[in-house]
Amino acid sequence: MKIIVCIKQVPDTAEVRINPETNTLIRDGVPSIINPFDLHAIEAGLHLKSELGGTVTVLTMGPPQAEDALREAISMGADEAVLLTDRAFAGSDTLATAYTMSSAVRTIGFDIILCGKQAIDGDTAQVGPEMAEFLNIPHVAYVGKFEEINAGMLRVQRLMDEGYDVVETSVPVLLTVVKELNQPRLPSLKGKMKAKKSVIKKLTHPDIGTEEKNLGLAGSPTQVKNIFAPEAKKDRKVLTGTPGEQAAQLIEELKSLKCI
Amino acid sequence: MNYFLTEEQQMLRELTRQVAEEKIVPVRAALDEKEEFPHEIMKVLAQSDIFGIFIPEEYGGLGMGSLELCLAVEELSWACLGVSTTYAANALGTYPILLFGSEEQKEKYLPAIAAGKKLVAFALTEANAGSDAAGVQSTAVKDGDYYILNGTKQWITNGGEASIYTVIAITDRSKGPRGASAFIVDKGTPGFSFGKKEKKMGIRASITSELIFEECRIPKENILGREGMGFIVAMKTLDQSRVGVGAQGLGVAQGAVDEAIKFAKQRVQFGKPIISFQAIQHMLADMSTRVEASRALVYAVAKHIDSGAKDFSKVAAMAKVFATDTAMKVTTDAVQVMGGSGYMREYPVEKMMRDAKILQIYEGTNQIQRNVIGQALIKEAVSRENGS
Repeated sequence: MKIIVCIKQVPDTAEVRINPETNTLIRDGVPSIINPFDLHAIEAGLHLKSELGGTVTVLTMGPPQAEDALREAISMGADEAVLLTDRAFAGSDTLATAYTMSSAVRTIGFDIILCGKQAIDGDTAQVGPEMAEFLNIPHVAYVGKFEEINAGMLRVQRLMDEGYDVVETSVPVLLTVVKELNQPRLPSLKGKMKAKKSVIKKLTHPDIGTEEKNLGLAGSPTQVKNIFAPEAKKDRKVLTGTPGEQAAQLIEELKSLKCI
Repeated sequence: MNYFLTEEQQMLRELTRQVAEEKIVPVRAALDEKEEFPHEIMKVLAQSDIFGIFIPEEYGGLGMGSLELCLAVEELSWACLGVSTTYAANALGTYPILLFGSEEQKEKYLPAIAAGKKLVAFALTEANAGSDAAGVQSTAVKDGDYYILNGTKQWITNGGEASIYTVIAITDRSKGPRGASAFIVDKGTPGFSFGKKEKKMGIRASITSELIFEECRIPKENILGREGMGFIVAMKTLDQSRVGVGAQGLGVAQGAVDEAIKFAKQRVQFGKPIISFQAIQHMLADMSTRVEASRALVYAVAKHIDSGAKDFSKVAAMAKVFATDTAMKVTTDAVQVMGGSGYMREYPVEKMMRDAKILQIYEGTNQIQRNVIGQALIKEAVSRENGS
C-alpha cells in the first residue's frame, strides 16, 4: 500500500496578521509549524500503514525551508519525504497547487492520499478535493473515523455540521481528515535521529511533467478581494421523504427562489 | 549554560521536554488528585523510545548512558515527579539485569523493557530493612531446579503495574550480608501477589505497593549473578541509579523556579510586579544558583560514570544529596515566593514541594548518602597515608 500524506508548512498561531493593502499574510518573524490538521493526516497514514502494510511518503510544496516540516514528519515515523520546490511554483493559488501536487503524486505513485481538511493560514479546504479531481479518483472530505479498512475498500465517517455520513469508497482514494480522527503521536527518538540523516527528495517542474502555463501565478485564477468571516447560515430547511420526493421538493424550492 | 551536549543529547532533551509540556503538564494535577497511575504517559514514553535510552542497541535500545538518562529524568521531573519516579524506578529495576544478567536473561527481558512493553520494579526494602538493607527477612530456598521465595517487600515503586521484578532475598542466613541473592520474578508467578497500595504525601501518580511471596517457586535460572551476590547487585544498582535521583531533584527544582518567576512577573502588589522587589529577586537568585550548581554536579557525575569509572559511590551520593536537598529548599521557596497562591492546589508548586520530600528519603536517605561520602573520605585519607 503506497500512502501519500500531503502536508503544508504554515505560520504558527493565530497571531498572524494580514497586510490590509495586499490582503495577504504577514509571515515575517512568525515560526513555522506543520499545519495542525496535517498532523492528523500523518497519524492516519501511520495507522493505515500499521493495518495494511506499505510505506508512508510525506509530500509538501514550498520553499527549501519547508524541509523542516518534512523532517518532523519523518521523526513521527514517515518512511520518506518529498519536497516540491521550484521558482515556477511560487504564487500558486489552490488550483495551481492542486495541479502541481497531483502531478507530483502521479509521478511518485499512490494508493491512498491523505490531507488535513484545510490549512490554518488559507483555510480554503480546497486543495485536497481538487487534487482528487485532477487525478480522477474519488475523495472523501472531513473523515472523522475509520470504520473498516482493507486493501481494496475503506468505510469511513464523514463529519458534517450535524452528525456524520458513512461513506464506503474503493482504493485509490483521497481523504481529507479532521482532528476528531485521531491523536497525533509525538516524534520518537529513533525517528528524530533518522530525520536528521534522511535525504529529502526534491522534485521540480520538469520532474513531474507539469505545463508551465498551469503553474504558479500564471496558473492561478484566484484573486483575493477581501477577507472576512462568513456569517453562519441561519435559515435552513431539511427535506424529508424518499429521494424522489426530496428531489421534487428541492426543485420546487429552487423554483420559488427563482434559482432555476 | 552550555554543557556541551551532543546533538543527540539535545534531541533527547527536546523530545522529553515536548512530552513533559504536551502530555504531562496538562494532566499532572488530576493524576495527583486521583492518585492515578499514568498509563497514557507511559505509552507515549514507549512510543517515543524513551524507555530504550539506557539499554544497549543489541537489545533494541539506543545504547546511551547515564547522562542521557539524567537528561530524560530531569525533563520529566520538571513536569511531574510522580511520572518521573515511575520512569526512573523502571530503570532502577532494570539495572540488576543490565549489570549482572546472563546473556539469556538479557535477551529474554531487555528488548521488551527497551520497547516500553514491560515495566520493571526493584524490590529490596522490607518492614525491617530500610536504611539497614542487611535486615532483609525474605528467603529463597533452593529446591531442585527452583528457588522457593517467601516474604513481604514493602513500599515497592511500580508494584502491581510492573511485569518484571528484581528481588533481593536471603539464600543463606549464616553468611550474613554474603547470604543474599538477587532474582528476576515475573508477575503472575503462582505464590506472588500484591498487598496494600500505599497512600502517599506526594508523587501520587506513581504506585507504591507491597509484594507478597508465599511459597513462590521461581526457576533457578532466574538468579542474577551467583548465589550470595544479592547485596553486591543491590549496592551496584543503587550506585548507578543515585545520580538519576539527583536529576529528579534538579528537574523539579527547575520546574519550581520557572513557576515562581512566571508568577512573580504577573503578581502586582504595591503597584508593581513583585519580581521588581529585591526581596523576591534575591530569593529567585538563590534558587536559580542552587539549581545551576545541582545541574553542573549531576551532569559531571553522570559523565564520570559514562567514562567507565569503577568506583563512583562517593560522587554519586554527592549528586543525590546536593540536588535533592536543593529540590526541597527550592520548591519550598517557590511556594514562599508565590505566597497564598503557592499554597493552593490551583498552582503546581505545592505539589512540587510535597513531591520533592521523597527525594531526600528514597534510594538511600540523604543521611545514608552522607555516610557513604564520609566513609569514602576516610578510605581515601587512609590510602593517602599508606601511600605516603
